Amino acid sequence: MTDFASTRRDFLKGGALIIGFAVASRLTPTFGQAGAVKPVAADEVDSFLAVDADGRVTIYSGKVDLGTGVRTALTQMAAEELDVPLERVTVIQGDTALTPDQGPTYGSLSVQNGGVQIRQAAATARKHLLNLASQRLGAPTGDLFVEDGVVKLKPGGNSVSYGELVGGRSFALKLDKDTKTKDPAAFKVVGKPVARLDIPDKCTGRFTYMHDVRVDGVVHGRAVRPPAFGATLQSVDENSVNHLPGILKVVREGNFLGVVAETEWGAIKAAQTLKATWSQWEGLPERSHLYEVVRTTKINKNDVTSTAGNVEEALPKAAKTLKATYEFAIHTHGSIGPSCAIVEIKDNQLSCWTASQATHNLRKQLAAMMNMPVENVRCIYVEGSGCYGRNGHEDAAGDAALLARAVGRPVRVQWMRADEHGWDPKGPPTLIDLHAGLDADGDVIAWESEFFIPEGAAGNVPLIAASLAGLPHETAYSPGNIIQNSAIPYAFRNVRTVCHRLAETPFRPSWIRTPGRMQNTYANEAFMDELAAAAGSDSLEFRLKYLKDPRGVELLQRLAAFSKWEKRASPQKNTGESNIAKGRGLSYVKYELNRTYVGAAAEVEVNRQTGEIRAARFYVVHDCGQIINPDGLKNQIEGNVVQTVSRTLIEELTWDHSMVTSLDWASYPIITFPDVPEVVTELIDRPNEKPWGAGEPSAAVIPSAVSNAVFDAIGVRLRSVPFTPAKVKAAMQSI
Amino acid sequence: MAKAMPLHINGQSVTVNVDDPDMPLLYVLRDNLYLRGPRFGCGLGQCGACTVHVDGEAFRSCIIPLSSLREEQQIVTLEGLGSAEKLHPVQKAFIDEQAVQCGYCINGMIMQAAAYLAKNKNPSEADIRRALANNLCRCGTHVRIVRAVKRAAGNA
Repeated sequence: MTDFASTRRDFLKGGALIIGFAVASRLTPTFGQAGAVKPVAADEVDSFLAVDADGRVTIYSGKVDLGTGVRTALTQMAAEELDVPLERVTVIQGDTALTPDQGPTYGSLSVQNGGVQIRQAAATARKHLLNLASQRLGAPTGDLFVEDGVVKLKPGGNSVSYGELVGGRSFALKLDKDTKTKDPAAFKVVGKPVARLDIPDKCTGRFTYMHDVRVDGVVHGRAVRPPAFGATLQSVDENSVNHLPGILKVVREGNFLGVVAETEWGAIKAAQTLKATWSQWEGLPERSHLYEVVRTTKINKNDVTSTAGNVEEALPKAAKTLKATYEFAIHTHGSIGPSCAIVEIKDNQLSCWTASQATHNLRKQLAAMMNMPVENVRCIYVEGSGCYGRNGHEDAAGDAALLARAVGRPVRVQWMRADEHGWDPKGPPTLIDLHAGLDADGDVIAWESEFFIPEGAAGNVPLIAASLAGLPHETAYSPGNIIQNSAIPYAFRNVRTVCHRLAETPFRPSWIRTPGRMQNTYANEAFMDELAAAAGSDSLEFRLKYLKDPRGVELLQRLAAFSKWEKRASPQKNTGESNIAKGRGLSYVKYELNRTYVGAAAEVEVNRQTGEIRAARFYVVHDCGQIINPDGLKNQIEGNVVQTVSRTLIEELTWDHSMVTSLDWASYPIITFPDVPEVVTELIDRPNEKPWGAGEPSAAVIPSAVSNAVFDAIGVRLRSVPFTPAKVKAAMQSI
Repeated sequence: MAKAMPLHINGQSVTVNVDDPDMPLLYVLRDNLYLRGPRFGCGLGQCGACTVHVDGEAFRSCIIPLSSLREEQQIVTLEGLGSAEKLHPVQKAFIDEQAVQCGYCINGMIMQAAAYLAKNKNPSEADIRRALANNLCRCGTHVRIVRAVKRAAGNA
């Protein structure tokens, strides 16, 4: 038997290491020439990339990889533009001292905005490198070409490498928006299914997640949250934990309570053991009355998101009118790994390692909460568990900051499962009223919709620690840009779509993958199907009649061919005597009405006896313009479909008057392997078009495709997500 | 008071000093031995991110108290299953199928599948889905994970 010390060395040799970030306390890392500060301004080439003496390229990306393969895609884009091999490109992500602020990693914008900006910086750099090479080689740039980071004179002859031209020095060059980027016809790695760079390490235990980061002297903290959201802390009995080994401190600041211990398990035990007295609070609405509460909440403003003709005049003239109300439940993010962060405060400078999707924003929030100048705060991104929106990572960073300040040592905070399910901000409940009229020929003459959704957009969600401790924090809601896709892609003569922006929503809101676009598209595309059925039309033909966008039309036609769409009206007539009824339904979105197009056809089986829905298969046709990595894109589409089937069929938050009660995976179940559908995709690649986002759009069409397929199967319209067996049976009984 | 606990992990005998003999195995693996394969997901044995092999069976290390383990029991983590230089067939299949998104659950998927395939030859797709039914993935990588396990079943 060996002793622990030598064994630990052996383990460390095996690749499991302590991450001793040497740069931890250096808030302004030097760059290029000695003493220079690395630029991060969005108009400088040096902000985005550097070339070292060996010709290795470093890309500085404000957008981060949330487990979607963005690092690989950005590597492809930069390598392509610079003509260097993939393996010579490194991507630094989301480090506020090193990377430009390209906005949070949300909204399916990492390739579309972040990648395109990096591509432009690389094109500017490449042009500059060719000019330098031209002088060095004494030949016009037109006679030069680049191969593997070496500029060569054709045909053969002299050459000079990028490393020799600028290695280790700065470009000192403004990013030129007019520099022509590479002709897509010459692409070698963009558009190819390059294997993701992170996957081998993730399969062998070598990958460093946020949860694996350790800094010298780090200790472990856990927040102790109130048992009710609005409860106040009345007393704490520190003696209840003082006997525990390794306990360092009980930290109290207003209603913020936490413990710090030498070991992680010590902190967990202390948090579980600590005795505290809290006031009673019962401010949450009755769960069974949720949508009545939403409907009667004060409206602060109305956002009219589209208008055409005159709906009020047209509707009374309709031969047939339809009205329906749609509901979409409150969801939790449910990352498999909990939120985690480390904060170190040294020499009045704060360093935070975090899996936040928005390190540049978190930096400002931490500075405000800690009353420190923003320049004294550095946030460094380290990939965490899959992040589908603003979850708890920023809050864990806030917890760690208060605890680190209290104990004067670096503190690591990793949330427990109940913290994650209970305290991550939620996707708000959505209520949608729809009203439309058909003329005698079955043509839509008017469409009117009202969306009851909280006010606010995509700002900063307040930090829990700051709120509980009474320290500076945001007070406005930030649910994401949830009015998107409330307007419709169909050309009806009379249209009015309006979002009633509510003054309150029961839970601290934030965005979860496809925020608003999913809920709004669900209602719009299911109601569109209601109209098609009322007109006795095939769902696909009915949409094509009103769709004027040629790319959208092509997409739907390809979906029809790909899914072997059987043209007929829903519901289907001959469903047989079996308990299991089969149906198919489709849905369409043009994301935010200005980018990625997706169509999906769902095949479902409904058990008439139990009310259970089995989502068997999805056909998805996807057009996001220029594709960077088709396999990465397929992976995203498959993930969107499976995750959204889970949200559509199973998921909903539960609570009592004080607190969330769905605090684990038993009380908030998600989809498991036996219920996972088959997903088949057809990608439309348009290399000469802009690359658009793909992280979210295919999720938008799933709830409506399922609802429409269920209607096709059993003639019952499901207007409330999730489609639980109880709701299916209730809906069947009501017809 | 710290207690010395002898364990056998990835082919090595180790002794760890812990304050609480009832501390779950996961914390020894991650915090004492700095292993990064097994991951904390729920601490409740519900999600599978912390899965390790104990004498060849898949177990949730987040709910195994150290005191319940015997010194001679062979504990294997993802690092011990295979390495970048010598991949286990299941690891290789996951890489070949690109069956990862964020990858946080993947330790559990690989460890659960490897233990299952060691005892079940030629499983059907339905068998594989059942074998992984208690392992959760939030990214929706299931489609590829099933494909990877099928591929590994052919190789293993």
